[in-house]
Amino acid sequence: MLTILFDGIAYGMLLFILACGLTITLGLMNVINLAHGAFAMAGGYITVVLMNSYGVSFYWCLPIAFLAVGLAGLVLERLLYRHLYSKPHLDQVLFSVGLVFMSVAGAYYFMGGQQQMIQLPQELSGRWDLYGVGIGRYRLFIVLVCVLLTIVLQLLLTKTRFGSQLRAAVDDGRVARGLGINVSAVFALTFAVGSGLAGLGGAMGTEILGLDPNFPLKFMIYFLIVVTVGGTSSITGPFLAALLLGIADVAGKYYVPQIGAFVIYGVMVVVLLLRPHGLFSREGGR
Amino acid sequence: MSGARSEARDRATEQLRRGNAWRLYEIALWIAAAAAIFVLPSKMLLLTEIAITALFAISLDLVLGYAGIVSLGHAAFFGLGAYAAGLFAKHVFAEPVTGLFAAAVVSGLAGFAASFLVLRGSDLTRLMTTLGIALMLAELANQLAWATGGADGLSGITIGPILGVFAFDLWGRTGYVYSLAALFILTFVARHLVNSSFGLSLRAIKANPVRAAMVAIPARNRIIVIYTVAAAYAGVAGALLTHTTSFVSPDVLAFHRSADVLLVLVIGGVGYLYGGIVGAVIFTVLRDWLSVSTPQYWMFWIGLILIAIVLIGRERIARWDSFLPASLQLGIKRLATWRPGATLRESR
Repeated sequence: MLTILFDGIAYGMLLFILACGLTITLGLMNVINLAHGAFAMAGGYITVVLMNSYGVSFYWCLPIAFLAVGLAGLVLERLLYRHLYSKPHLDQVLFSVGLVFMSVAGAYYFMGGQQQMIQLPQELSGRWDLYGVGIGRYRLFIVLVCVLLTIVLQLLLTKTRFGSQLRAAVDDGRVARGLGINVSAVFALTFAVGSGLAGLGGAMGTEILGLDPNFPLKFMIYFLIVVTVGGTSSITGPFLAALLLGIADVAGKYYVPQIGAFVIYGVMVVVLLLRPHGLFSREGGR
Repeated sequence: MSGARSEARDRATEQLRRGNAWRLYEIALWIAAAAAIFVLPSKMLLLTEIAITALFAISLDLVLGYAGIVSLGHAAFFGLGAYAAGLFAKHVFAEPVTGLFAAAVVSGLAGFAASFLVLRGSDLTRLMTTLGIALMLAELANQLAWATGGADGLSGITIGPILGVFAFDLWGRTGYVYSLAALFILTFVARHLVNSSFGLSLRAIKANPVRAAMVAIPARNRIIVIYTVAAAYAGVAGALLTHTTSFVSPDVLAFHRSADVLLVLVIGGVGYLYGGIVGAVIFTVLRDWLSVSTPQYWMFWIGLILIAIVLIGRERIARWDSFLPASLQLGIKRLATWRPGATLRESR
């Protein structure tokens, strides 16, 4: 029972790492970026290639995946996404779905359609038995990284100069520009961080979620659910939502496997019925 | 005073009537579609696919183009109609036209129920709920293997002759005539719907919900109605697919179907019904031509087209003739929108 709870928490935390980048781009910048999963997949493939072909250590792969995908995000933002901020939501949806399709086809072309495997370091595999509660070491690692990440992000957004610049740029770009904030640069950097986080999540999720070219399509809905259920006005909302959904999903798949996949959609529909703007958002938020 | 008012009413009626009149390009399109039965006998299956895709896209246009509701899960109703028609033919009655009505009723009811979800929240919430409904249904189709055949699909459907008279032939000619007839009738109904005062009020809601509410347009009811109608349309499109292929699989509910129909509509142009038909022709022919290579790479090209459309700008594509000399543009426009019984100069 507690083992399932722990697995659920770890799964939720993983979902959060994957989705928090989306919280930033979607929630703060108001860009409906369905291609978030494609960035995550890129992180996963970078890890796979580095580990399996070049023998790079898993711990090094994580920051490399973060930086590489972040850089890719930066380039894409400057080239393409920049033009989307002022367009209607329909255009953003079309654009990002297009990007997803291209990335899926690209992954097939370069990596083939099979599931990719990675070998975790010795000290991360296996599980401890703590008073009858099975604690997977890798899952514990995920929880630790996630907690760290949440704290850093929260501080970054609320306490630093960059955070307040970003919030100002989001709330009213024109006034922010008038105050001497380089809105375009702030947005570019934020987008880069958001996609970098997706890359990191993808790198960490390879072991648990699996990795194949359909990754962006398969998990797109999960990331979006986390963000919509959590509300898009804070980091803590999606964090709690990810935990809730992770536990519900793992418990659902364990106890009622026949309807396992419905649990997460069911939770989403119920939450959106009760609170159309998400569980933890201010009234009238986006 | 009352004279001025009745004059305004007359003018409004006249405007509605004129909006409803047939244009030359519409007549030409339908003649071409009917002529294809004799001109392209070897392409019947492709043409059937076009007709079905067009109907599906028109259904999406009703909610997206006229009511402004962004949907990422329109395949939900398409798939529901497909399954309804398949199960109906298998267990109840093999005659297809009855099956179409059954599918329309099932999908329409589902659309009615779903419309209450769609009414709430912002664009993002709508995207999520529509997507969520479609995925839930896909999962349901997969799980209820005893009824739907699960991932293998529902096979062993025998479709009787249409109205008990016209049996489906081997070359798909009956299938095409059948689909085209359904498309024609439903487009005809949809034209009347969107050119009526009801359709105008939908456009008002889309353009400015606050102002629409100020002139006492009940936005809630209108959206529920149009969403239900659109769902029934999508259900008929799905049923047509079942009838012409005698097969249903969970693929009819897949995400790529929702994305494809969005693309079809956007290629053709949102908000004038015929966009769906034009888009369906372009999209299906393009896919037929490109899918010589594998499906995975076809996805790459879809993606590229989507991105190009967004970056170029949808409005700019709709004004494709803008690079022609002004006089030629005007000529094309007049000719295309000419109505029987009007002089060329008069038509808008």
